[in-house]
Amino acid sequence: MSDSNSEITVPTGSAVARPDRIQNPGFEPEHKRVTDESEKRMRGAERGISLLFMLSGFMTVSAVALYFIFPIVPGDLSSTRNNNMFVGLAIAAGLLCLGIGAVHWAKALMHGHEMVEERHPTRGDDATRARAVEIFQQANKESGWTRRKLLRNSLIGALVAIPIPAVAMFRDLAPGNTPEEVLNHTMWKKGVRLTRDPNGVPIKASEVTIGSSFHVIPENILDLEEGFLNEKAKAAVLLMRLPKESLNEAEDRKSWSYDGIVAYSKICTHVGCPVALYEQQTHHLLCPCHQSQFDVANHCAVIFGPAARALPQLPITVDDEGYLVAQSDFLEPVGPSYWERAR
Amino acid sequence: MPRSLNRQGRRHPLSSIVLIMVGLFVSGGAYAAVTSTASASDAPISATQIADGKALFAANCASCHGLAGEGSKAGPSVIGVGALSVEFQVGSGRMPMSGSGPQAEKKPVQFTQPEIDAMAAWVATLAPGPAVPDAASLTGGDASHGAELFRINCAMCHNVAGAGGALTEGKWAPHLNDIDPVHVYAAMVTGPQNMPVFSDLYISADEKKDIIAYLKFLDENPSVGGFDLGSLGPVSEGLFVWIFALGGLVAITVWLSAKSN
Repeated sequence: MSDSNSEITVPTGSAVARPDRIQNPGFEPEHKRVTDESEKRMRGAERGISLLFMLSGFMTVSAVALYFIFPIVPGDLSSTRNNNMFVGLAIAAGLLCLGIGAVHWAKALMHGHEMVEERHPTRGDDATRARAVEIFQQANKESGWTRRKLLRNSLIGALVAIPIPAVAMFRDLAPGNTPEEVLNHTMWKKGVRLTRDPNGVPIKASEVTIGSSFHVIPENILDLEEGFLNEKAKAAVLLMRLPKESLNEAEDRKSWSYDGIVAYSKICTHVGCPVALYEQQTHHLLCPCHQSQFDVANHCAVIFGPAARALPQLPITVDDEGYLVAQSDFLEPVGPSYWERAR
Repeated sequence: MPRSLNRQGRRHPLSSIVLIMVGLFVSGGAYAAVTSTASASDAPISATQIADGKALFAANCASCHGLAGEGSKAGPSVIGVGALSVEFQVGSGRMPMSGSGPQAEKKPVQFTQPEIDAMAAWVATLAPGPAVPDAASLTGGDASHGAELFRINCAMCHNVAGAGGALTEGKWAPHLNDIDPVHVYAAMVTGPQNMPVFSDLYISADEKKDIIAYLKFLDENPSVGGFDLGSLGPVSEGLFVWIFALGGLVAITVWLSAKSN
C-alpha cells in the first residue's frame, strides 16, 4: 500500500479515561401517601378494605343462595343460563372483592418506603470451590470414570440408543398417504347418482329448475359405516341450473354440464370452507370465510379474493331414468392447495 | 317595531305547523276512506279485481315492468312470476323500489292487502305461476327437521340463527326474524332477486313447513346463552370482548401499577 494517508499513528499514553457520562440519579424523594399523613384517612382505608373483605364473604355465601334460588330445571335451557350466570357473577364478585381488598391493603396501608436489597454475589468463596473440585476428583477416583474407558464409552453408547424407538414410533404418526393420494380421489365415479343432502334422494334433471341450487352428496355415501364426514368433506357438491345461454363453457368441457345444469365442488380452493352462497342473478358464488368469489358462468373462475384456483367441476350427465349421474370422479384434487400440488 | 307587531297579530308563529297538521290529517283520512272502500272487494278473484290490479300495475309498476308486464331495461318481465311473487315483492315492501341499487330494500308496505291481491290476480292472468298458499297450510311443521334443512340450505347466507349476512358488491341476505310465513314460503318458491330457487321438487311443501316452523321457533325462544349480540358470531362477540374484557384488564393493570394516593 503506497497510500500513507490511511495510516494513523497514535502516540502511546494518549488515551483519555472518560468519566461515566450517565450519572446515577438516585431515588426520587419519597412519596407520602394520604394514609401516611392522616390518621383519619388511614382508619378510613382500613375500614374500606375490611368492608371489601366482608362483601367478598357475602357474595360467596350468596352464590350458594343463588344456586338454590335459580335451580336448574331439566328441559328448560334458560334456567341453566340463569343458574350459571347468577352463581358465576356472585363467585366472580367475591373473588374480585378479595383481590381488590388485598391489593388496596398492600398499596395504602403496608409500609411504602423504598429500599435497596443487594444481590448476593454469584461466585462461591474459594473454600467452597476447592471443596467442589475435591468432590469431583474423589468421585472420579472411586468410579474410575476416566480410567475405565470401555465402561464409560459403552454407557454413553447405551444412553444415545435410548431415544431410537421414539423415532420409529413418532414417525408412524405422520399421515400414511400424501395429500395427493387423499384428495385426488373422492366417492364420485362413473354412474354414481347425485343425491340430496341430507336424505340421499336422487335428483332428476327435470327437478332442477332454473335458478335453483341443490346441495348434493354421492348416492353411496349414506351406506358408509365409518369415515362419513371425511368423505362428505371431499365429495360435497353444489348443483346449479343457469339459463343455458348464460353459461360460457370451454370447448372441452361442454359435455360436462347437462342442459345448463352444472356441478362444482363445494370446498373452497383457498382453505377449504364450504362455498355455497350462490347468487342466482349474477351467477357468483361467494365463500363466507375470506370473500373469494367464483363465477359459475365461467367454470367457477376466481374473480375476487384469496383463492388461487377455480372450483373443480364434476362432469355430470343423466342416466336412462333421467337421474343426474357423475361421468367420473373430479379430474383434479378438491380443496385447498398444498406443497406437492403444481399450482 | 310596529311592523313586526302587526305581523305577529295577523298570524301566530305556530299557525303554519297547525296548518300542515290539518292538511296531513285531511289527506290521510281521505286516503284511508278510499282504501277502506277498496277492501270491500275480497275473497274470490273477480273481473273487477283483475281490472283494478291492471290499473294499479299500470300506475305504479309499468314504468319499469312494462304496461303488459313484459319488462324493460329498468326491470324484469313479470309474465309467469305468479301471484306469489307479487305477494312477496309488494307485500314485504320491496316493490315498488325507491331507487335503483344493488338490491331492493324492505320498507313500509306501499299498498293495502286488497290492492296487492288485485295486482297479484292480474299478474297471475298473464301466465301460469305459483299461487299464494293458504296461511293455515304453513303451520305445524317439525322445527327440528326444519333446522337441519335450514343449516344445509339457508344458513350460509342467512346465518344459522336467521340474522342475515353480507353478499357481494353491496348485496345482502336479509334477516329472517318475525317474517310472515307466506313470505318465507314465497321466497323459497320464487327465488327473489339473488336468492336461488328452492322449488317444491327440491324442498317439498312439507319440508318448507318444517323450515317455517324452525324460524317460528327462533322467534319465540330467546337465546339460551343470554345476550346474543345480534347472533353475528365472532364479529360482535369479538368486538365486545376486545372493548370490555380487554379494557377491564387494562384498567386493572393500570390501577395495580399506580402508586397509592
